[in-house]
Amino acid sequence: MLRADPAVDEKLSGCPDSVPVMGEGLVRARGLRKSFGAFEAVRGIDVEVAPGEVFGFLGPNGAGKSSTMRMIACVSPRSAGELVVLGGDPDREGPRIRARLGVVPQLDNLDAELSVRENLEMYGRYFGLSRRHVRTKATELLDFAQLTERAGDKVDALSGGMKRRLTIARALVNEPELLLLDEPTTGLDPQARHLLWERLYRLKGEGVTQIITTHYMDEAEQLCDRLVVMDGGVIVAEGSPAELIERWSTREVLELRFPSDLPPPVWELEPHAERVELLPDRALLYVADGDRAQTAIHAAGVRPLSALVRRSSLEDVFLRLTGRTLVD
Amino acid sequence: MAPETAYAPGWVHGVGLVLENHLRWYRRNWRATAISSVLQPLLFLLAFGLGFGSLVGSRAAAVTGGAEYLVWLAPALLAMSAVQTGAFEMSYPVLAGFKWRRTYEATTATPIGGGQVALGQLAFVAVKSVLTGAVSLLVIALFGGVRSVGVLGSLVAAVLTGAAVAALVMAFSASRQDEGAAFNALFRFVVLPMTLFSGTFFPIANLPAWVQPLAWVSPLWHGTELARWAAGVGPAGAGAVLGHVAYLLVLLGVGIALSVRLFVRRLGR
Amino acid sequence: MTALAPRPWEWLLPAGSYAGRSRMLLLRSATASRRTWPAILSGFAEPVFYLLAMGTGLGALVGTLPGPDGRPLTYAAFIAPGLLAASAMNGAVFDATFNVFFKLRDSRLYEALLATPLGPLDIALGEIGWALLRGGLYASGFLTVMAVAGLITSPWALLALPVALLVAFAFAAVGMAATSYMRSWQDFDLVTLAVLPMFLFGTTFYPLSVYPRALQIVVECLPLFHAVELMRGLTTGAVHLGMLGHLAYFVVMALLGVTFAARRLRVLLLR
Repeated sequence: MLRADPAVDEKLSGCPDSVPVMGEGLVRARGLRKSFGAFEAVRGIDVEVAPGEVFGFLGPNGAGKSSTMRMIACVSPRSAGELVVLGGDPDREGPRIRARLGVVPQLDNLDAELSVRENLEMYGRYFGLSRRHVRTKATELLDFAQLTERAGDKVDALSGGMKRRLTIARALVNEPELLLLDEPTTGLDPQARHLLWERLYRLKGEGVTQIITTHYMDEAEQLCDRLVVMDGGVIVAEGSPAELIERWSTREVLELRFPSDLPPPVWELEPHAERVELLPDRALLYVADGDRAQTAIHAAGVRPLSALVRRSSLEDVFLRLTGRTLVD
Repeated sequence: MAPETAYAPGWVHGVGLVLENHLRWYRRNWRATAISSVLQPLLFLLAFGLGFGSLVGSRAAAVTGGAEYLVWLAPALLAMSAVQTGAFEMSYPVLAGFKWRRTYEATTATPIGGGQVALGQLAFVAVKSVLTGAVSLLVIALFGGVRSVGVLGSLVAAVLTGAAVAALVMAFSASRQDEGAAFNALFRFVVLPMTLFSGTFFPIANLPAWVQPLAWVSPLWHGTELARWAAGVGPAGAGAVLGHVAYLLVLLGVGIALSVRLFVRRLGR
Repeated sequence: MTALAPRPWEWLLPAGSYAGRSRMLLLRSATASRRTWPAILSGFAEPVFYLLAMGTGLGALVGTLPGPDGRPLTYAAFIAPGLLAASAMNGAVFDATFNVFFKLRDSRLYEALLATPLGPLDIALGEIGWALLRGGLYASGFLTVMAVAGLITSPWALLALPVALLVAFAFAAVGMAATSYMRSWQDFDLVTLAVLPMFLFGTTFYPLSVYPRALQIVVECLPLFHAVELMRGLTTGAVHLGMLGHLAYFVVMALLGVTFAARRLRVLLLR
């Protein structure tokens, strides 16, 4: 905990066992740690991912999400703790576990010297699949990624969204039991993003277990059945998006903007909200009923430049838990 | 601070500003190219001038007009090095300016135009080859490769040759839209044969008669003849010297004209 | 999917570093080069240009030189085996440094490969194998040119091809290990700094005897010197038992290189 908030401490101690007990976890971590020299990126986390679920790691850059993902992907030996992926030890059985994983890295690493189709076929060959099998599989995946028309093109000619879809299709070539997606939509325009989400829903419908890292709250809310919020290498909360909002925030948020040379009158605002957060450019009032709070504040004589009522999101959960905003 | 108003600099001033920008970058990064541009000619000098020179001994006098092989080789190596530097500096770095680092795009978003970018780049490569050439010359002198002050003239000849080749390669690079795949072929089938068949290590008269016309086309052969003449170890007469200079100037002019045209077409103005 | 059964020799290697599928990387390189084969094939031209220029041009200055067994050799016949050795070195080093660095840092190909069952040793062997195939192609081409030009005087020259492969293997392995220490493209000037002096001073263009004894010892330590000795002995038929020593030099260099390259790839990729 980076913030001394008695209310938060109380709520944390109110739920002693934050890890739900499950039987056959596809991924099971206990006290998992990763350090690079003196820097500790992951500082003892417990995670359990059940078959068929979409599990999220949410947190800002540097929270330890990608380090955790690399350990699960068997390309980063753990520094301490216990980690079991698909029933095996990633440090000893990397190749055998990776044969059953699909990995979508944060930055596309498609093979620029090969065509779109060759990227899929060649990748399948690395998994020991036969020539004939990968040819059929590639056709199927090209259709899934909506890239059938671009099959013969060089990878460089694709747009960012297309490259991302190809990377995801490539990760599916071995029909993985577990798909790891590291920041799958970072850098995509909204349209490409929604198209990608739609593909991921489809995979979920087919029963593919997914682990996603993201620093986008809306993405986590859209995609994840269950998620953990990470900050500074530790897990600060866990639950479904709805549970987290329910537990750590109010139903609505009133956002007020004030002139930049005039600080907001906090003492006037506090009586009308459960909690007030001050950000550099605005004040956030956590309330059950935003419209009612706005009326009350107006009646008290406070005149902001603008006022906006919205529903609480995971962004607010994160702000509550860490005292910081998430994105950029 | 006194207020200043931005304005569009004159054409020549603009070229100077592009050059200034290159030199500013070079002041921080000169070490990276020091090895290839100074050490390379030095290594060739040691291997051929001293090593091979000791093998041929007095037999070399027949082709060098009496000079030591090392002294005969030195001015030619200056020209060879200037050509290699000029060709390399105008290949990947120019394509990087257009495509990868996009510095040309950034420059032409100011009042500077495409033609000025081209000339500024060429001026930079010329300045650079003067600097590295001068350092190489000093080192060569330390190894006893210099017999007359005339080698300063050889340096001028080398820079002229390097600039002519650089201008032509710059035009070639400006015409490329791909990722530089053609440069491999350029170095392998143009630059390398040029350095081997232009009379640097032996007179072209030693080559089979059918290869010799290739040398006459090669700017490096003309540059080598000029550089040797200036150092007092070449046979060329006054008429031949004028011919070599004229040929190199024509190539330089053609290279500049093509480059400016292609840069303007690609970058505007 | 082909299962990855445990292999009896696995305990010899660091866990998870080898899936026994390095040939898939050869397949990848072959697929990728389907569009660039003219550029790859043309690499064969470089030593031929050198042979043509130096063999005729400098040859006229030198006349003949004593061969390994003392019999006189034309200058072209003297430098040709040297150029053969140097081209095996150049091709392998280029492939294992520039190309490997690009795949390690810029295109992140190896990162993508490590999301499959392949391990660092698969990558090292696969990439070195490709450098070998290329080197073998150049060596066969150059040997053919030598044969046609009448520069081969002994059937032992047939062995020059496998020796060229061993030389290329050793240089590729060491080059790859060195590449793992490169921080930026600017560091590649150091590769030039290692390769060019060897090419120029490793007895490619003139015999060891031109050097004073102190320098001779330095030159005798260079790997290219041993390659040139092997090639010159084989193409002229001056074969002797001492050549096994030169061979041993490359066997050791290759083994150390591969071990080191795979370990360094492990450190870089499995952080």
